[in-house]
Amino acid sequence: MKLRLPFAPLVALRFLREGRMQTLLILAGTTGGVAVIVFLTQLITQLQAQIVDRVLGSQAHVVIRPTEEANRRAIDDQGFATLVEPRAQRLRSVDQWENIARLAADMEGVTAVSPVVTGPAFAVRGQANKSVALMGVDAERYRRIVRMEEYMVAGRFAVDGTRAVIGSELAKDLGIRLEDKLRVALPNGRDEQLQVGGIFDIGNKDLNRRWVFVTLPLAQSLLDLPGGVSNLDLTVADIFEAQAVADRLKGATGLTVDSWMQTNAQLLAALRNQTVSNNLIRSFVVIIVALGIASVLVVSVVQKQKEIGILRAMGASRSMILQIFLIQGAVVGAVGSLFGSLLAFTLLNVFSSIYRNADGSPLFAAELEPRFILMAALVATLVGLASALIPARRAARMDPVQAIRS
Amino acid sequence: MSTPTIAPVIELAGLTKAYNIGTPVETEVLHGIDLSLAEGEFAALIGPSGSGKSTLLNIIGLLERPTGGRLSIGGRDTARLSEAEITQLRGRSIGFVFQFHHLLPAFTAVENVMMPTIIARGAADDEAEAMALSLLDAVGLKAHAYKKPSELSGGQQQRVAIARALGLKPRLILADEPTGNLDTHTADDIFALLREFNRQTRCACLIVTHDPRLAERCDRIVRLVDGHIAGPV
Ligand SMILES: Nc1ncnc2c1ncn2[C@@H]1O[C@H](COP(=O)(O)OP(=O)(O)O)[C@@H](O)[C@H]1O
Ligand SMILES: [Mg+2]
Repeated sequence: MKLRLPFAPLVALRFLREGRMQTLLILAGTTGGVAVIVFLTQLITQLQAQIVDRVLGSQAHVVIRPTEEANRRAIDDQGFATLVEPRAQRLRSVDQWENIARLAADMEGVTAVSPVVTGPAFAVRGQANKSVALMGVDAERYRRIVRMEEYMVAGRFAVDGTRAVIGSELAKDLGIRLEDKLRVALPNGRDEQLQVGGIFDIGNKDLNRRWVFVTLPLAQSLLDLPGGVSNLDLTVADIFEAQAVADRLKGATGLTVDSWMQTNAQLLAALRNQTVSNNLIRSFVVIIVALGIASVLVVSVVQKQKEIGILRAMGASRSMILQIFLIQGAVVGAVGSLFGSLLAFTLLNVFSSIYRNADGSPLFAAELEPRFILMAALVATLVGLASALIPARRAARMDPVQAIRS
Repeated sequence: MSTPTIAPVIELAGLTKAYNIGTPVETEVLHGIDLSLAEGEFAALIGPSGSGKSTLLNIIGLLERPTGGRLSIGGRDTARLSEAEITQLRGRSIGFVFQFHHLLPAFTAVENVMMPTIIARGAADDEAEAMALSLLDAVGLKAHAYKKPSELSGGQQQRVAIARALGLKPRLILADEPTGNLDTHTADDIFALLREFNRQTRCACLIVTHDPRLAERCDRIVRLVDGHIAGPV
């Protein structure tokens, strides 16, 4: 059996094939446009995802705190917000934190809840004495807030009895190695001898210097917070829904609930601006591609006047003629998006091998998500269709006699 | 030849056509044409250049609407038909042969012949292709079926155009100077083809020609002078 295309696609493809140079030109234009859009979108999406990932690498998405607690924050030299620990005498527990934790865990969009007891302390070893933040956690649960196991440079992320996990900077400052002893002293006079069972490097010097993880009960007793927790850390399924989840929790509990989106408002604004400018570029490219397709098809309609008249004389209806030119636009869009995606993939490969992070790893992965290709194909096909509309309607309205007589 | 009870294939009454209506250059090209053509009738339409032959043919072929008067095709008053019905009637009942063949350059000979069928049925099929090939065979072009029009001579192109006009077995064939650009020998061939098809299918034919030799071989001669029917010569 031969492949027998229906009338409109048959004629549309034949017209495209016949107008070689023109077809090549609009295909090239569409390919270029689609490539730019796909490339930019993929690049920016990846880079943004990486930035957000890095920021959230050491932060809970949402934090629940007692209402009265002062929420002072500071922006460190890397632009990351870190919590300024409240003074010990102000340390308060989240009322009925077990109930609140259960309520939070049951809330839609929340994937993990971890209680944290945190307060200031001094790490002391020999003559050296460093100000640190004691972090009482359940290691299993905390792992689902911050993926500590990925940051371990020595030992494991596990706390038990007096076994603790500290950061690499603190270890360096105090000359501590795995299984070494470390004493923590608190402003209230309590102190405890810890044994270092793990050392992490979270990619943030300040945190590497300050965080000292111990068990929840140990921190509770050291910080005079028996049975209490100073905050609940939450992970949410969609990071950009964090604020909405925080607002819902605030409404439900009356506690202070902050999302990473609040604590990183500036970064978020910068990302949004980047997205806006990316959208602007994409819109311009789409318009230019649409104008290109439309103008070439307008010329084609004029050139094909006679053929259109002949087809009409043989019984082709106006809507058939309309279809012929709409299909041409859609085909150019679809094929252009295919080539464009290939080109974008090539560009991503080239650029990812040129641009590298300080550590030599590629700045972004040279991969193209299928959904971007699908989206590009859909958009380009629709743009092709839309830009063919005016030429197609001109063709359909053409007087067959005028076309044949000329 | 035809009995009086058979409805004429085409019937024109007081048909007029004016161009540029409502402008200072308004011109009436046809001034009240009365004409009818019976089934199987093979008529020549002759007349000096500019007398309105092509205009008349285009109106009968439903490519243009008349300004006034009546045009019936197969007993149906065309003024009452919608644009879609006109298009369909044109495609299925009327075969056109133009002076300059007007083949589609992007399609092969056999595709050109199939085109009215493709339009009428939505797509080609094996039967349509077999039919087109046999028509090309009938006009002596079987060997050239898969060539593009640009690879054919003028006479061959016109024969493809005739095959195309015959593809859907139309009730009416309209040919506007089909032999105008051909040498005498080829013109005779083309004319003979039309005549042969007319005998076989009993379709009505209206052929515009400048060649008195060919006109005389028709059943009937319609003479058009300045937009009026001047009667037989
Ligand atoms: N679209 C048009 N607008 C104005 N005048 C036209 C148009 N088409 C044809 N005419 C005029 O109608 C007259 C008849 O033309 P035509 O039917 O082509 O004559 P023929 O085929 O007998 O040579 C000519 O004077 C021509 O200029
Ligand atoms: Mg003429």
